Amino acid sequence: MKLHIALFVTAFLFAPVAARAQGKLNVITTTEDLAAIAREVGGDHITVEAIARGYQDPHFVEAKPSFILKLQKADVLVVVGRELEIGWLPPLIQQSRNSKIQPGSDGYLDASLQATILELPTGQITRAMGDVHPLGNPHYWMDPENGKRVAKEISDKLAQLRPNDKAFFQQKLTEFNTKLDAAEKGWLAQMAPYKGTKVVTYHRSFPNFAERFGLDIVGYVEPKPGIPPSPQHTLDLITDMKRLSVKIVLVEPYFDLKTPNAIGRDTGAQVLVMPPSVGGVKEITDYFKLFDYDINLFIEAMKKVGATK
Amino acid sequence: MGATRFVCASIVAGVMALGPSAAAAQDSPQALRQEIDQLRKDFETLKQQYGDRLTALETKLAAAEGGSPPAGQPPSPVAAPPAQAAPPVAQVPPGAEGAGGPTGALPTYGSAATSSKIFNPDMAVIGDFLGAAGKNDVNPTPAMEMHESELSLQAVVDPYARADFFISFGEEGVDLEEGFLTLTELPGGLLTKVGKMRAAFGKVNTLHNHILTWTDRPLVTQNLVGGEDGIDDAGFSLARLVPNPWFFLEATGQVFRGDSGDLYKSNKRSDLSYVAHLRGYQDITESSNLDLGFSFSHGHNDSNTMAPAGTPESMGDFTTQLYGIDATFRWKPLQRSLYRSFVGRTEYIWSRRDQPTGLQSADGFYVSGDYQLGRRWFAGARFDRSGHARDASLVDTGGSFVITYWPSEFSQVRAQYRRTNYETAPSIVTSANELLFQFQFSIGAHGAHPF
Repeated sequence: MKLHIALFVTAFLFAPVAARAQGKLNVITTTEDLAAIAREVGGDHITVEAIARGYQDPHFVEAKPSFILKLQKADVLVVVGRELEIGWLPPLIQQSRNSKIQPGSDGYLDASLQATILELPTGQITRAMGDVHPLGNPHYWMDPENGKRVAKEISDKLAQLRPNDKAFFQQKLTEFNTKLDAAEKGWLAQMAPYKGTKVVTYHRSFPNFAERFGLDIVGYVEPKPGIPPSPQHTLDLITDMKRLSVKIVLVEPYFDLKTPNAIGRDTGAQVLVMPPSVGGVKEITDYFKLFDYDINLFIEAMKKVGATK
Repeated sequence: MGATRFVCASIVAGVMALGPSAAAAQDSPQALRQEIDQLRKDFETLKQQYGDRLTALETKLAAAEGGSPPAGQPPSPVAAPPAQAAPPVAQVPPGAEGAGGPTGALPTYGSAATSSKIFNPDMAVIGDFLGAAGKNDVNPTPAMEMHESELSLQAVVDPYARADFFISFGEEGVDLEEGFLTLTELPGGLLTKVGKMRAAFGKVNTLHNHILTWTDRPLVTQNLVGGEDGIDDAGFSLARLVPNPWFFLEATGQVFRGDSGDLYKSNKRSDLSYVAHLRGYQDITESSNLDLGFSFSHGHNDSNTMAPAGTPESMGDFTTQLYGIDATFRWKPLQRSLYRSFVGRTEYIWSRRDQPTGLQSADGFYVSGDYQLGRRWFAGARFDRSGHARDASLVDTGGSFVITYWPSEFSQVRAQYRRTNYETAPSIVTSANELLFQFQFSIGAHGAHPF
C-alpha cells in the first residue's frame, strides 16, 4: 500500500513537469470574449476554448459534466470574475481534478483584476435590490480599454507559464494593442455624433460600453437585476422614455423580446438585439467584430430614428 | 484599512517614543533642529515605504480574494493620529447598563473590517415550508410544518482541500445532513471525500430536498432506499474519471459505517456498507444531453432485531443489496435557456433483502418529467411504483402533478397534487389524495445551481 502511495506521489510530481515542457498551453476560458482575447495574445502557441457560448446568458450556464472534461485538461482557466460565474463554475472546478486551475493556483486567472469595474456597490446591499453583483458589474469587457487590460493579464500569465515564449507573447500583445488602439479611434469617431444619446437596456450588460462611447443609460427593462419585467415597471419605463424621448432599447440576445417590443411600439423606440459578447451572432467572430457589429447596429438604428424625428 | 491605520499609528507612536530621548542628547538648538529635520525626513521615507508596501499588499489581497483592487483610489491615510492605535471600543448596548452587566466602553476584538472575517465560510440558509391538505392514513404529514431549514457552510480549508457542511434543522431536531472534506489535489485524478455524505446511489439519493422538483421524494426512495434521508452515512468516497475518447465516464466507490435510516444497520465495526456508482454522460446536441447511471449498494440490515423467537442470535448476518439504474434526459436551448427547458428522469431500483423469513426481492421505479413554461413557471408530473423492502408482495403506486413558480432565483412556491395507493396488506389498498404545497427560500451566499 505504502509503495502504491509512493508511486502515485512520484507520478503526480513528475507528470505536470513533463506536460509543461512540451506542447501548446491549453487555455480554457469561461466566455467567448476572453477566448477571443486569449487567441489574439496567444497566437498559435496556445489552444483556446470557451465554455459558455456568446449567445447564452453567462450568468446561467449549466454545469455539464462535459465541461469537467475540458477543465481536466486545462493548463490555464481564465474567468470573467466579479461573481459572474458563481452559479456554475465552482462545482466544475472542484470536480475537474485539476490542481493547476484551482482558485489561487498559477493556472487560475481572474481577468477582472486590473479592469475598470463600474457599479461597485457602496453601502449596504441586499437581495431586495435583485441579483446584485457585490463586486461590481461583471460586463467590463464591453470597453476596449478593459480589453487591453485583460489582454495584458492573459499575456503575462502565458509568459509566466511558458517563460521561453515570453518575447512571443509580448510581441502579440503589442500587436493587439496597436490594432485595438487604431480600431478604438475609429469607433470613437463613429460614435462621436451620438454622444449623450439616451438609451434603455434590458439587463445591466452595457455600462462599460455606454461609458466608453458616450451613451446615457436612463433605464432598464428589468425592474431589478435578474428580476423579469413587471407590468408596473414597464409602464413607468414607458412614461420615462417618452418624457426623455429615448429612442433606443438594447436587448441581449438571450432575453425575451415581448416586453421590449411592446415598449418599442408604445414609445416609437428601436429595439436592438445587441450582443454583449463575441459569438452573440455568427458574424462576431473576434473581439474587434464585437464592437464593429454593435456600433454599426446602433448607428443604423440612430439613422432610422433620426429620420422619423 | 483597519490594519493600515494600526501599522501607521504604531510607526508614529514608535517615532514619537524615540524622538524625545534622541533630542534630549542634543544641546544646541541648531543641532536639535537638524536632528528634528533628519527625523522628519526619515519618518517621511518610512511613511512612503510603508504606504507603498501596504498598497501593494492590499492589491495582492484583493487579487487573491477576487475583490476589487484599490485602483485609482488614493493610498490609505498613512499618518493616522496615534489615538487610532488604541483598540477599538464599543458602547454597552442601551438598556443593558446597570443590569449587573458591564458599563461604559467594551473592547471589541473584531470590527467589521477585521481581516480574519474574510476567511469566514460562505453561509446560506434555505428554508423549506411544507403544507398538506387532504387525507393520508398511511403516511400522514402535518397540515403545516417548517420541514427543514438547511444551513450550509462552505469554504476552502487549505491549498489541498475544501469543506462543506449542511446542517438540517427539522421538526424533530438538528441533523448533520452532510459534512465532508473534499481533497482536490490527490494524485491519479481521484476526487476524495471524507465525512458524512449522501451516497452516490442513483440520482435522487444524492440530491438535497431543495433541489428536488417535487415537494416529496418518490415512493421507491421511501420504500427501498432508506426513506427521506436515503443512504446518508459517514465514510469515504473516491471518484475517478475513466479516460475514454467518447464520453464522460465517472466511477465512484464509497465505504460507509453501515447505518442509514431503516436500510442498513451496523452491529459491529466490520458491518460496513458499500456503494458503487458508474455515471456516463454525453451531450447529444449543445441543447440536449443524456445522463446514465448504474449503482450498487451492499450493507447489513436490521433483520436480527426481528428474528423470530427461538432462532439463534444472528447479529448482522442479514444483508441487503440494492441495484439501481438511472437515466436523465435534459433539453435546454442555450439562447432561450432562461425560458424553456425540459428534464425527463427515471430510476429503477431492485432491492434484495435477506431476512429471517427468507429473501425479499422487491423493485420499484419512478418516471418524471418537468417542463419550463416560462421564465418563472414550471410544470411537472411523476409516476411512482414500488414494492415494500420487507414484503415484496406489497406494492404501492402513485402519481403526482406539480406546478412551480419562481419569484426570483432565491425563492419558489410549489403546489403538488398527489394520489397514492398504499397496499398495506395483501390486496388491501388504501388510497390517499393530497394537495401539498411548499415555500422555499434562500438567504446568504449564492450557491451553485444544481445540474
